[in-house]
Amino acid sequence: MLAYTIYLSFAGALLMALLPKDKPALARWLALGVAVSGLALAVGGFVDGMGQGRVVLVDLAWVPSMGIHFLLAADGISRVLVLLTGLAAVAGVLFSWNIELRTNQFFAFFLALIGGVYGVFLSFDLFLLFVFYEIAIVPKYFLIAIWGSTRREYAAMKLALYSFVGSAMVLIGLLASYAVSGGHSTGLVALGHAHLPVGFQMAMFPLVFTGFAILAGMWPFHTWAPTGHVAAPTAASMLLAGVVMKLGAYGCLRVAISLFPHGLDPWGFSFIGIGSWRDVFAVLAVVGIVYGALVALAQSDFKFVIGYSSVSHMGFVMLGLVTLNQIGVTGAVMQMFSHGVIAGLLFAIVGRIVYERTHTRQLGELETMHLGKRLPFAAWAFVIAGMASMGLPGFSGFVAELQVLVGAWIAKPWWTIAAGLGIVIGVAYTWRALQKAFFSDAPPVLHAHEEGFAAMTWPEVTGVALLAGVSLFVGLYPRILLDTIEPAVKALLAGGGQ
Amino acid sequence: MNYADLFRVTLPETALEVAALLVLLVDLGLLRKAALKTRLAASVLVGVMGCGVAFWTLGFQGSGGLSTGTLNLLASGGLVQVAQSAVLVLTALTLLLLVGSTFTRHAGEYVAVVLMAAAGGLIVAAAQDLLVIFTGLELLSLGLYVLTAFAKGSGRSAEAAMKYYLFGGVSAAFLLFGFSYLYGLTGSTNLQQIVTAVDGSPASPLLYVALVMVAAGLGFKVAAVPFHLWAPDAYEGAPAPAAAFIASVSKVASFALLISVGTAAVHVTGQAGFASPWSLILLVSAVASMILGNLAALAQVNVRRLLAYSAIAHAGYMILGLVYFSRTPASAAAILYYVLTYGLTTIGAFGAVAVVEQATGSSNLDAFLGLHRRNPLLASVLLILFLSLAGIPPLVGFWAKFNLFAAVLSVNSGALPLGLVALAIAMSAVSLYYYLQVLKRAWVLPPVDSTPIQAHPVVLAVLVVIALAVVILGCFPAILGGWIGGFVQ
Repeated sequence: MLAYTIYLSFAGALLMALLPKDKPALARWLALGVAVSGLALAVGGFVDGMGQGRVVLVDLAWVPSMGIHFLLAADGISRVLVLLTGLAAVAGVLFSWNIELRTNQFFAFFLALIGGVYGVFLSFDLFLLFVFYEIAIVPKYFLIAIWGSTRREYAAMKLALYSFVGSAMVLIGLLASYAVSGGHSTGLVALGHAHLPVGFQMAMFPLVFTGFAILAGMWPFHTWAPTGHVAAPTAASMLLAGVVMKLGAYGCLRVAISLFPHGLDPWGFSFIGIGSWRDVFAVLAVVGIVYGALVALAQSDFKFVIGYSSVSHMGFVMLGLVTLNQIGVTGAVMQMFSHGVIAGLLFAIVGRIVYERTHTRQLGELETMHLGKRLPFAAWAFVIAGMASMGLPGFSGFVAELQVLVGAWIAKPWWTIAAGLGIVIGVAYTWRALQKAFFSDAPPVLHAHEEGFAAMTWPEVTGVALLAGVSLFVGLYPRILLDTIEPAVKALLAGGGQ
Repeated sequence: MNYADLFRVTLPETALEVAALLVLLVDLGLLRKAALKTRLAASVLVGVMGCGVAFWTLGFQGSGGLSTGTLNLLASGGLVQVAQSAVLVLTALTLLLLVGSTFTRHAGEYVAVVLMAAAGGLIVAAAQDLLVIFTGLELLSLGLYVLTAFAKGSGRSAEAAMKYYLFGGVSAAFLLFGFSYLYGLTGSTNLQQIVTAVDGSPASPLLYVALVMVAAGLGFKVAAVPFHLWAPDAYEGAPAPAAAFIASVSKVASFALLISVGTAAVHVTGQAGFASPWSLILLVSAVASMILGNLAALAQVNVRRLLAYSAIAHAGYMILGLVYFSRTPASAAAILYYVLTYGLTTIGAFGAVAVVEQATGSSNLDAFLGLHRRNPLLASVLLILFLSLAGIPPLVGFWAKFNLFAAVLSVNSGALPLGLVALAIAMSAVSLYYYLQVLKRAWVLPPVDSTPIQAHPVVLAVLVVIALAVVILGCFPAILGGWIGGFVQ
């Protein structure tokens, strides 16, 4: 069932490309139909898969002479992330309801991106995974370059090149592992069982991990993220932060960590307390958490605050991954889901609900508009999203970050202490943005075009309700995801159980 | 040698030459008074049919080739047949691009020269003997010089042809000089025997000199650094269908020749003697081509020059495949796969550029502004072809690269080949930037002039077919791979 999410999205993209240009409403409703059906399939697959391990969905010989298979499968991690993608797709379409420029093309690129993302999460053949991973690059470029704002061409090109460099590093790893394992198969399970030499794993792990981590926004390779998020149209920001960054993190886990487990072994010497690639990436993750939070604290552009907060939150995912223990990795996957939902919600509020009415994102200007009174819905939605983002109990972020911190404590206590600092700063920047944008008591200034803000539209309300509802539901009843994630993580960490 | 064999093995070449004469007869004889449009259409039709007949006769060649005594002159069957098929198909496609063009009134002559050059390409692809190689190369090259100069009204075309001709003449001289050394060293003009003669002994300085000169001659044909200087000018100045022919058919034939050399070289011990100096020379050229081609392409403002530098870069990747050449046909098949799909894509790219050029009078980047509004179908074709050149899956360019690099690493997965493959992949990441420069103008930036661009229906149909082929072959790589593989057994 899950495999149809991919086919459906690509078919939708093709259909959009062929639609007549002058029927934007038709394009919107069709896109919504495709996205909702994708979500329905994802939910169906999730419910079906409860209590099951890895299930092979499709296995066809794609290039028999090279042992490449069109192999789609799903385990708990995939199912959760596919669910996230479905949510992000529906919310993305809802918050793109006002796109008037080249509407059908917008949704064509949008659905192609979604299709690629579904594909990555469901591929269990490294070659296939890579193909889907690269398919996702091009639509991102056009979404930002055509429909974006602030320095969009620069941001789009930067994002495309960063992604392509990252995927080039992954491709080198793919080719090398394929050759070294004897050139029989590119299946993840087969490569995982190929007993790649330890020295080779040590060399390939940092390459492949970094290649994927670029897309996950790991410091210091994160610089595409804030500029890209800010320049992108709302739906694309939501997808970038919501699911595309997760592609990177997912690749780190599914490919780098599980194919090259010995890459994380100690080097045998240590330098200022760093004795393995695991330590290196943990330090980078922690730096990302704190640095992203500090920079977010200093931004004057509302969207940049959210952009840098994504870097900080993705740091938790990366930290969780390198803890290599059950609770830490589970927390990382949980954080992928949670951040996907929350970041989507934040970008929707900032980029769509507020910006489309005020035409500014400068906190200094928003301060004088008293949006708390004039846009109460946006204000309360942001309060909810902000609380979720800060990691308050009752929201999904709390469950996720707590597990990551516990996992980090088990691995090395100082990681937790440093990352905890990031949470504290996180409260500060969210609070600052909330106060400045919505509840400021600065004297009101009349702006030219702001007589009355347009009322909330139904897509906006539905989108906010969907995302906030999911975050709250998962926060109150985390077992619904954890029961699916935990066995998959256990199998993955045990090795070979891919 | 008996003449029955000669006739059988050179059937396709004969078919092309007969077609060339027929074209002249039709165009200069029967249709002398007709309008240019009719003459163009008739000439192209005869030319394409000639390619079709030649393609059909490929099946009658058998696999024995042509030899005198123990000397093999021309090979046939196997991968040679793959290369020859590709030459014929690509020639037919470049001929179809001619429909609707206005650069010449001499339709018959143009098509005849194309067919003769293609016959040269067929010989080059099959040649196993230095003299035959040289004859084939000259037949091919002379045709290309004429084609480059064919736009008589354009100074650029004349200039490009002159540069191409001078470079070509000098490199042919080098090649011949190198061949004479090889003959002097080994006493034979047959590739296989030359390789056998120097096998096992450490490479002498004279052999290096000879091979460097041969590499200069062949490097010129495939536009590999440092013998690439003609390419940007010729690609820019030549009429578009001619440029497409140079970039595709001539490339396929020349790489088929390099594959023949490589195949001969690995059939003996492999490392000492011939193979090691030859690989070294190729290695230097491959690295230089990949780096220089990609970096120079970044700075181009003319799309044709951009395609020329990208062609240099692609030649670099393919030469890398020749450096680590396997004893099994895997490497040869991978290189052929690459050059074949690259040729196909490039023809499409040049066709699209030609349409824009005809409408706007320029092939600069800015001529593509707002193409998605001016001709959405053409813009979509351009999107697919350029992304394929950049190596984005699921298009065929990606698969070709993957296949080629996998072949390299399957020969040797040591640190050096891995590093070279890493360099090639890193360089193809660079290439995305300049391909996106074109696509950005076609899809993102607003048009300066938004009048629709009309393409001739035949040209548009060819471009759409090529784009579809790029998508389908990319999604199902086993189709073409299996077809090529079928010739190896």
